[in-house]
Amino acid sequence: MTTTGLREPGQVSGGEAETGHLEELRTDPIGLMQRVRAECGDVGEFRLADRQVVLVSGAEANEWFFRAPEEDLDQAEAYPFMTPIFGEGVVFDAPPERRREMLHNQALRDKFMRGHAATIANEVDEMVDMWDGPGEIDLLDWFAELTIYTSSSCLIGRRFREQLDGSFAALYHDLEQGTDALAYVDAYAPIESFRRRDEARRGLVALVQGIMERRAAEPPPADDDRDLLDVLMSIPNDDGTPHFSADTVTGMFISMMFAGHHTTSGTAAWTLIELLRHPDELAAVVAELDALEVSAEELSYQALRSMPRLEAAIKEALRLHPPLILVLRVAKQDLEVEGYRIAAGKLVGASLSVSNRLPDAFPDPDAFVPERYLEPRAEDLANPWNWIPFGAGRHRCVGAAFAMMQLKAIFSLLLRDWTFELAQPSDTYRNDHSKMVVQLAQPCVARYRRRERAR
Amino acid sequence: MTYRVVVDRDLCQGHGVCEVEAPEVFSVSKKGELTVLDEAPPEARRAKVELAVQYCPTHALRIEDQIEEA
Repeated sequence: MTTTGLREPGQVSGGEAETGHLEELRTDPIGLMQRVRAECGDVGEFRLADRQVVLVSGAEANEWFFRAPEEDLDQAEAYPFMTPIFGEGVVFDAPPERRREMLHNQALRDKFMRGHAATIANEVDEMVDMWDGPGEIDLLDWFAELTIYTSSSCLIGRRFREQLDGSFAALYHDLEQGTDALAYVDAYAPIESFRRRDEARRGLVALVQGIMERRAAEPPPADDDRDLLDVLMSIPNDDGTPHFSADTVTGMFISMMFAGHHTTSGTAAWTLIELLRHPDELAAVVAELDALEVSAEELSYQALRSMPRLEAAIKEALRLHPPLILVLRVAKQDLEVEGYRIAAGKLVGASLSVSNRLPDAFPDPDAFVPERYLEPRAEDLANPWNWIPFGAGRHRCVGAAFAMMQLKAIFSLLLRDWTFELAQPSDTYRNDHSKMVVQLAQPCVARYRRRERAR
Repeated sequence: MTYRVVVDRDLCQGHGVCEVEAPEVFSVSKKGELTVLDEAPPEARRAKVELAVQYCPTHALRIEDQIEEA
């Protein structure tokens, strides 16, 4: 492509330190990205040590970003903080063609969703079975544990899930906390969160190793009970030894569960927080669920479809608190967008948190207004390149439909039998943005009690 | 008035929702490749096609109405 006569993107203010805007990205990433747009417009730059990051926003630049083919914008090298988590040799993401095949294999296809809805209902039931009167939960810990069980059960299998307890979720949390943006300078820098990350990964490998050893010593399961781990363990090398080590298997499981874990967990927590902040919206959602009379046994895919108020509340929680705030690619050649030149080798990012709050697309952008998704406004459909909590285009989250189904299943059961209230002042619930994986800052406590309801 | 089914190939990820909604019109292979079996389905299938459009997880489908030339 000829890129003469094009402008260079403007550089955002700040970033005088040797590492440029790295410290700001590690403390106030949303503030940084908002400033890029305010000062530079749709296309601007900030700097991470010796790398320039071009940040795009707005419908036109976002569409360019999300439609770009791999030859232009490549995802594989854009997330150095993930390599120590997945392990060498486990890719962060595959090309769209391969993703399509994986989607089929990973049981995310529509025809498998019906079974997953029942599985998720079951896991919610097991978690709330431990509640016997009123009590308190930490929203981060509780939803993180629940979504470890649901994702392992749906993606790997029931047998594996039954061999897990809360310790898997705790180790997994340390992995997620090991996503400091410092990885753009050195993914193995001697900091506490990286040390805990590596220790957690070793702990998970040991846990999976133990499960594999127990299985190897037992008689094989009935065909119907076989899960993904049984399948992987049954694949031999030419000399008959097992092909997959516990380390490789763990890396595969971590990567399969990663995209759907902190994202779903955080969205569940924020949906509940926002509904509790907005009692009228909560009442509308509960009335919708009561009218459906959902029970765990008959929680069907069809029933999940007809929950527009709940779905709107989830979408609005996603828009205001997207679990990923910045998605990244690497420019593989010189590129052009809106008259700006993007030199090969630069990182290129799209900001979910900035785009989701553009006032032209979303009137009253900072307010929780689920009505914006109802007809005739349908602001998500009207703004496909700005309503992007799941990304968009070729790399759009392949688990988005699964995630919506899961969140609806979770809330249709929780809100049927329980009422909740915030246990802290409303404005103390906030996200911790010190890591690339955004999580709720603790404490984030809510109270529950059994719902009194005429049956 | 007739209508046509239009696919945005940049957006399709092969989830297979359309196939479940309207198997006469859409087929998704094991590898996740979508084939539109009937690009101009009969009016009687419109309701099913509309469901496929509505529930496509990536909003890759749309219906284009066509006014017939006199």
